[in-house]
Amino acid sequence: MALEQTQFSQNDAGHSTDANQYLTFSLGDEEYGVDILKVQEIKGYVPTTRIPNAPPEVVGVLNLRGTIVPIVDLRRKFGLEEIEYNQFTAIVVVVVQNRVMGVIVDSVSEVVNIPLSDIQPAPDFGNSMNASTLQGMARMGENLIILLDIDIVLLGEPAPLALAA
Amino acid sequence: MNLDMTMFHQAFFEEAGDLLADLEGLLLRLEEDPGDLELLNTIFRCAHSIKGGSATFGFTDIAHFTHGLETLLDKVRNGEIKIDRSLSQVLFESLDQMKALLSVARGESASAPDSSALSARIEAAILGQPAIVAAQPTLPKQKAAEEEGWGVWSLAHTYRLYFAPGPDILRQGGDPLLLLGQLGKVSDILSIVCDDSRLPALADMDPEACYLSWEVELRSDKTSEEILEIFEFVADDSEIRLEVTSETRSPAAAAPAAPMEAAPPAAEPVAEVPAAEPTPAMAPPAALPVEAAAKAAPPAEAQTLRVATDKVDKLINLVGELVINQSMLNEVVQDFSMAKLPRLIEAVAEMERASRELQERVMAVRMLPIKHAFGRFPRLVRDLAATVGKKIELKTSGEDTELDKGMIESIADPLTHLVRNSIDHGLETPEERRAAGKPEQGTVSLHALHEGGSIAVEVSDDGRGLSRERILKKAIERGWVTENDTPSDETLYNFIFMPGFSTAPAVTDLSGRGVGMDIVKQGVQALGGSITLTSTPGVGTTFRIRLPLTMAILEGLSLTVGNETYILPLTSIVESIQPAAGDVRKIAGRTEIALVRGEVLPVVRLYQVFGSSPKVTDPTQGLLVIVENDNHKVALLVDELIGQSQVVIKSLETNYRKVRGIAGATIMGDGRVALILDVPGLVRDTLSESAALAAAA
Repeated sequence: MALEQTQFSQNDAGHSTDANQYLTFSLGDEEYGVDILKVQEIKGYVPTTRIPNAPPEVVGVLNLRGTIVPIVDLRRKFGLEEIEYNQFTAIVVVVVQNRVMGVIVDSVSEVVNIPLSDIQPAPDFGNSMNASTLQGMARMGENLIILLDIDIVLLGEPAPLALAA
Repeated sequence: MNLDMTMFHQAFFEEAGDLLADLEGLLLRLEEDPGDLELLNTIFRCAHSIKGGSATFGFTDIAHFTHGLETLLDKVRNGEIKIDRSLSQVLFESLDQMKALLSVARGESASAPDSSALSARIEAAILGQPAIVAAQPTLPKQKAAEEEGWGVWSLAHTYRLYFAPGPDILRQGGDPLLLLGQLGKVSDILSIVCDDSRLPALADMDPEACYLSWEVELRSDKTSEEILEIFEFVADDSEIRLEVTSETRSPAAAAPAAPMEAAPPAAEPVAEVPAAEPTPAMAPPAALPVEAAAKAAPPAEAQTLRVATDKVDKLINLVGELVINQSMLNEVVQDFSMAKLPRLIEAVAEMERASRELQERVMAVRMLPIKHAFGRFPRLVRDLAATVGKKIELKTSGEDTELDKGMIESIADPLTHLVRNSIDHGLETPEERRAAGKPEQGTVSLHALHEGGSIAVEVSDDGRGLSRERILKKAIERGWVTENDTPSDETLYNFIFMPGFSTAPAVTDLSGRGVGMDIVKQGVQALGGSITLTSTPGVGTTFRIRLPLTMAILEGLSLTVGNETYILPLTSIVESIQPAAGDVRKIAGRTEIALVRGEVLPVVRLYQVFGSSPKVTDPTQGLLVIVENDNHKVALLVDELIGQSQVVIKSLETNYRKVRGIAGATIMGDGRVALILDVPGLVRDTLSESAALAAAA
């Protein structure tokens, strides 16, 4: 768990308040959150252009006002069962390490304030998810929100985008 | 000084770079016409501006060095020193030294060659004037240094300076504080009194006006002219009086053997480190602020762009048009009825025209005349001519042809190589030329011209031409052709672009250092261009580079593979054919080839490369697009060709990564992304695959 701890302290130092804002979204039965500061915008699903020989979770690229943005399907990325895109399907455009990328989620929920004290280190999820992609878990009333370290999800180990072709 | 000067550094670097480029041209002209006084004046002004700028922005080593040069130029200008070959050489070397120092200041290179030897030569040239030596035979060097004030500390004057800036000085961008700080750098300020008696009551005060004046007592080894130089740019509006109150010989004069002791008390380390040598050597502490400055201002060649005002004006006009257009459209679409349709169509057409023009103009902002790339050649040719002992005239034409800024920077190196090549290999020695009945002076020409949607740049010489026999011999040696082959001129000449090829019988100072024509070709191709050559024995050789106008726009052919649309760069397409049955065959059941008019070409099924689901798998139902790169052709199997269009190239790598077979992306009319095919990559991959298959078979 040492990794999560260090990431916490980094975030802690980055924001002066003792609570961080997260954008939450749903994926299957779970509620996830990403640091709102990473989020550039949210847009409805639009068809993408397929990239040859891309990893399966990279569904294609999109024109975002002149910028070519790769789009990652989080369900595929997490090995969840695939569903048809519908009117709730959204693309969350994030900026990670100066790259603009989009992630496809089932639906976007809300922006929540989560005090750092409410965040607990995530338990190991077994093989469905690499624990290092998680910043932690937070309880919001009835719901448990899984906080993603979106940098590691999109670029870190095991990084499909960083691998050479 | 609290003012952060680093923000102005970029502007200074650009200006100094321009001035040095001007200076180079001027020195070349001076060499031809040493008596031209106007030319000398311009050269002096150039050097003076560089010195002033570098001193202002804290680049003391450039300022010190240039100061010596300026003194020399001043003497030349006044006719005290005559220009001869060796002096001219000193001037050129000084120019190089200033360039090197500037590049250190920019943070582009870690260190510049030591200036001291060159400074000593400049000093010697200044002292070479007999009048001075005769007047002060015992202390010639010291006398000169005294006059210059930058050398040995010998005389310290005490001055009283009265400085009353005009009320508008702040509004005009002047800053008294900055000037006083500057003063502190060249002298010891003994006392400074600010006179605020003219300050009005707060209610009457104009915050942008200056009401203050100063009386400064200072001690310096500088002449009063040199001190007043600080105030050069505000002199017109300000009241400045400088009087010498006393003149004291510093210990330097008394004990010239120990100049280190000559440092006046509390000397500032930056500007006042006494040089141990009479020459203005670079003092180590002086290097520190420069280093710091270099760190603060990153080497940012591409960060700024100086654009002609008229180009910007046109852009502003166009944007204005677009805004008006937009409100017209708004008006039309509100309560739209079919009766308004003609007006809508008209408004949309107008909008289209304006936006198209805007695109062109925005592109033009990045365009610079190619003379920026040609500028380095007169000097290069001059130096090379001396090195190889040939007489060479450089002719340039079409310098105003505009090219993308990035392209200009990238094309300079391949052009340099071609010019060197022409001088070294192309042109004959004067004796050979005389024997061949040609004028002794050879000609190298640089010529740029517009050619349809692209730019052609030609480098030609009137030398001996390429030797067919020698190339053929080499090609046979390398196994590219057999003894019995008689390749066409075109094929044969193209061999010189092969890696490791050199026709030079011996390695010379200029060529044969491992950088060959293959690098030139690669450089040109990296810009999306192509290079060809023609040569006639005894008459000369011409290299012709064709370049797209900008790197951002590409003429492409859109095609479909399955449901996907791809763009194929037009420059790489040879032709497209619909193969008949039997034209496409398999070798050993694996490698697929197409027979096109007797030529055997490997077939690339694009849907296989890209893993897409095709509509067409039978070549006779689809199309073979034959593309060429590096003299290798392959046939791409595609479903359908759609049409030709200009596309804006977007990077995939910015947010994603490099994709095999894909050079980039673009945005189609409907807003969707289409990928641009990487023809060189596809050709390379195909060839290496066939080679691997052949090896395995």
